Amino acid sequence: MENVIIGLEIHVQLNRLQSKLFCGCSTQYHNSEPNTYTCPVCLGLPGSLPVLNRKAVEYGIKVGLALNCQIEEETLFYRKNYYYPDLPKGFQISQYDFPLATKGRILIKGEDGLERDICITRAHMEEDPGRLVHAGTIDKAKYTMVDYNRCGMPLLEVVTEPDLRSPKEARAFLDKLKSILEYLDVFDGSLEGSMRVDANISLRGGDRTEVKNISGFKGVEKALSYEITRQKNLQRRNIKVVQETRHFDELRSITVSIRSKEEAHDYRYFPEPDLVPMRIANWVPAIKATLPELPDAKRERFVKEYGLTDDHAKSLTSEIKVANFYEAVAAKAVPRLSAVWIADVLKGELNYRDLGIDAFQAEHMVEIVNLLSSGAITEDGAVEIIRTLLDKGGSPQEIIEARGLGKAGDETVKKAVREAVAENAAAIADYRAGSERAMNFIVGQVMKKTRGKADPGEVHRLVKAEVEKV
Amino acid sequence: MLAELKEQLRAGSAEEYLSRLFEKIEKSSLNAFTTLARESALKHARDFDKKPSQGLLAGVPIAIKECISTKGIETNCSSRILRGYIPPYDAHVIERLKAEGAIIMGKTNMDEFAMGTSTETSCFGPTKNPWDPGCVPGGSSGGSAACVAAHEAPCSLGSDTGGSVRCPASFCGIVGLKPTYGLVSRFGLVAYANSLEQIGPLTHTVEDTALLLEIISGHDRRDSTSAEKGSYLPGLKDGVSGLKIGIPKEYFGEAVGEGVDERVEKAVWDAVSVLEGLGARWQEVSLPHTRFALAAYYVIAMSEASSNLARFDGLRYGLRQGEDRDWHTTFSEIRSLGFGPEVKRRILLGTYALSAGYYGRYYLKALKVRTLIKDDFLRAFKNVDLLASPTMPIPAFRIGERINDPLSLYMADVFTVPINLAGVPAISVPCGFAGHLPVGLQLMGPHFGEATVLRAAHAYEAATPFHEAKPEVV
Repeated sequence: MENVIIGLEIHVQLNRLQSKLFCGCSTQYHNSEPNTYTCPVCLGLPGSLPVLNRKAVEYGIKVGLALNCQIEEETLFYRKNYYYPDLPKGFQISQYDFPLATKGRILIKGEDGLERDICITRAHMEEDPGRLVHAGTIDKAKYTMVDYNRCGMPLLEVVTEPDLRSPKEARAFLDKLKSILEYLDVFDGSLEGSMRVDANISLRGGDRTEVKNISGFKGVEKALSYEITRQKNLQRRNIKVVQETRHFDELRSITVSIRSKEEAHDYRYFPEPDLVPMRIANWVPAIKATLPELPDAKRERFVKEYGLTDDHAKSLTSEIKVANFYEAVAAKAVPRLSAVWIADVLKGELNYRDLGIDAFQAEHMVEIVNLLSSGAITEDGAVEIIRTLLDKGGSPQEIIEARGLGKAGDETVKKAVREAVAENAAAIADYRAGSERAMNFIVGQVMKKTRGKADPGEVHRLVKAEVEKV
Repeated sequence: MLAELKEQLRAGSAEEYLSRLFEKIEKSSLNAFTTLARESALKHARDFDKKPSQGLLAGVPIAIKECISTKGIETNCSSRILRGYIPPYDAHVIERLKAEGAIIMGKTNMDEFAMGTSTETSCFGPTKNPWDPGCVPGGSSGGSAACVAAHEAPCSLGSDTGGSVRCPASFCGIVGLKPTYGLVSRFGLVAYANSLEQIGPLTHTVEDTALLLEIISGHDRRDSTSAEKGSYLPGLKDGVSGLKIGIPKEYFGEAVGEGVDERVEKAVWDAVSVLEGLGARWQEVSLPHTRFALAAYYVIAMSEASSNLARFDGLRYGLRQGEDRDWHTTFSEIRSLGFGPEVKRRILLGTYALSAGYYGRYYLKALKVRTLIKDDFLRAFKNVDLLASPTMPIPAFRIGERINDPLSLYMADVFTVPINLAGVPAISVPCGFAGHLPVGLQLMGPHFGEATVLRAAHAYEAATPFHEAKPEVV
C-alpha cells in the first residue's frame, strides 16, 4: 500500500450543543418528522439573519486544542456560494481565510505497526445543509425530497494532510478522532449522519478522485478499498484516472462518478456581511483549562498507574465510557485482572451483541473479578456469567446459584479424582505406559463428575499425584 | 403632524380615517401601493376605536415598503419571483411599530429588490410622482415616498441601500432618513446589500421622522450588526446656533458625475444661508475620494446581491411555474422568468466581481475604496458637526427617460451612495423647487449623530415653508 495516498475531510456534527449554529432551533431532530425543526433563519427565509452560537465556537476551539492545533487570534465567517436544493440560502455560511484552527496532529498506529502523527491542515466551522432523500439511487432517482431539520446544524470540518496510506489507516484515524471528540463531550457518534467523510484518494503519480459523503467508518474502509482497486485496475490497463468527484453507493459498495472537475465550482467566497469578525484569542486560556485528560494521556497513565500492558491500556482508553468503567472496576478489584476481563472478554461479548459498555454494570464486573481472584469461580464460569448477564440479566450471585457455577470444594474434587482413578484401570495403565491422551481422558472424567466446576489444571495435578500414590 | 393626528384619532375615529385613506388609494392613479392590508388594518382601527390603546403611534396607520417582512401580508419586493410569498414572521421594525400601536395599512411599490432609483423596475409597473404623474417618484422606496407626499398615508418606512429613502424623499418633497448602519435592526428586511442598507422613515416633518426613529431603532439580538439607540425627540428643537456645517466641494458644480442641476444647486445654497441665518456657520470641506464612490458602491452592492438573491429558486416559496424537471433546469427557468432585467444585470455583474481571479480586482478593491471614503467622512467630522449637499443632483426625471440607460441612472446616486459606504446617517428635507418639482437638502452627520442631524433639519424646516407645500393630487 506504499503508493496509496489518502487525505480526509471529516464533517463532525457538534451535536452535544443545544441549538443550531445560527438560530435557536434544537439540535435534537433525529427521528423526527421532516421539516419540523426549522425556523425562518435556518430555512433562509427572505429577511432572516444569522446569529452565531457562541457555545459552538467554544466547542470548536476545544476540539482544535485537543487536536493540537493553533487557534486563530481572530476568526470570521465566509459565504460559500453554490446552488443545491439542500441549501436554502443558495450559500453556506462557512469559513475560508482565518479558520478557527490550523496545523494540528493526531497520533495513530500505522500500517507498519508503528505509531505516527497524521497532520491536520485545518478545522473550521460551518452550517450543515439539509438532507436529500432520493427516491432510489442517486443516479437513477425520479425525484428527491428535502428535509431541512438538519439545516444549520453546527459542523466542524476537519481536513487532514494526505498522510494516510491505506483504508485501515484511514479507519484508525477516524477511530481516534471520534474517541477524542467523545472525550470532549462535544459529539455523540451514535446519531445517524453525525460524522460524514469526504476522501481524496490517488495512487502515487496519478490524479486524485474525491469520494463524497461517506457515512460510517466501515463505509469509509469499503469506499477507499473499492476506489483503490478501481484506480489500480485502470492503471494496469494504462487508462488515466480522471480527476473527479464520486459518490459512494453504500448498498452496492461501489463508487460512482457524479461530476468531473471540469465543471468545478467557483464558490465565490466572500466575508459574511451579516456576521462580524470575532476575536477569540482571549477565549483560549479558559477553554484550555476545561480540557479533560485525552486518550493518549489516559493510556499512558493506565500503564503507569495500574501496571497494564500498552495494548490493554489502549483498548480500555479508546472510548471514554470504557475508560471510566474500567477505573470504576479497578478501584474495587485487582486492576490487572480487571483489565484482562474488560478488554479481552467483556468488550468482545459487547461487540458481538452490538452493545455499548452502558449495557453492563461496573458493580457486576467488580463482583466477577473478585470471585475470580478468590478462586470461587472458574474462568469458564466467569464467561458464562457475563454472557448470561448480557442476554438475560440478573445478578452474578443469582446466576452462580441457578447454574451451579461455584467452583467445586477441595474434598469433592479429591473424591472425584479417587473414583476416576479407581474406575479406569485400563487408562491408568496406558498413562503409565506414556499416553498423554489417557491422562486427558481421566481429567475429563473428573470434570464430568464435578460438572465442570473444577479447575482443569488442578485436576491434572491431583490425578498425577493419585496415580503415583497407587 | 403625527402627534396631532394621534390626538385627532383618539378624539374621532381611526376606522373612518383609515377608510378615507383606502378610498383615496383606490381612486389614486399613482400606483404607490402593491398590497392593501384592508381587513387586518380596519379591524385594528375598530379595536382602537373601541378601546384606544397607549403607545407612541396608537391608531396611526403606516405604509411599509415591499421588502420589509410583514407576518401574514405578502412581501414580494415588487418581484415576480416572490409573488405569493407570505412571511410567517414580522420584521423587527414591524414588531416595534405594532408594539407602539401603529396600524400596518399595506405594502408600497419599489424597484424590484430595491435595485433602482426610479421605482420603474417593479413588476407592478412604475409609481408616479405626485407632483407630476409623468415623472418618477425616485427610488427605490418610490411607493413609500409617493403615498406620503400624496397624503395616502401619514407616514411610511422605506429602506436605503444607496439612497433609496433619501432619493424618493427628495423627488417627492418629503422628509426621509437613512440611519447610521446598525442603528435599526435589519431582521426581516429582505436583503439587497447587507453591509450597506438600513430601514428608514419617510414623513412630512422632521419631528415625525424623529418619532419613528425613536420607535424602530435600538439593539436587536437577531441582527449581529445592530447597536444601541440614542434619544432623538428631546433635544429636537434646540436649534443650530454654533453648529459647524461643512460643504463638501465635491458635491457641487461639475465636480462629479453629470454635474448638478443649477436650480438644485441654488436651492441648496439658499438652504445653507437659512441655516447660517439661524446661527450655524459653514465652511468648505473636501471628501477627496467621492469620485470613486459610485464604482465601489455598485461593485459591493452587486456582489452582495448576487449572493443574497441566490435563495430564490422557487423550491420553498415564491414563483413556481411549468412542469418540474431536474433541479438545474427547473430553478434556472424560474429565475429567468422571475427576475426582471435590472436584477439579472446586477446578479451577473456581482457574480463576475466575486469570481476567482476577479475578486481581488473588484470586490477587495471596492472594500479598500470604501475604507478611504469612510476615512474622508471621519476626517471631515473632526472639523465640522454636519455636512450639507443636494440629496440628488437633479429633480425627478420623466418616466422612461433613463430606464434604458443604466449608467445615467446609477450616476444619479452620486451624492447618496457615499453615505452608505461610510455608514453615517443622512436626512433629506425639502428645500425648494426646480420648476414644479421638489428639491431635497441632504444633511449628513457622524456615526450615531442622528440627534444633531435631526436637530438641524428641524431648525431648517421650522424656518422654511417647503414641507407644507402640497402637490395638486392632494
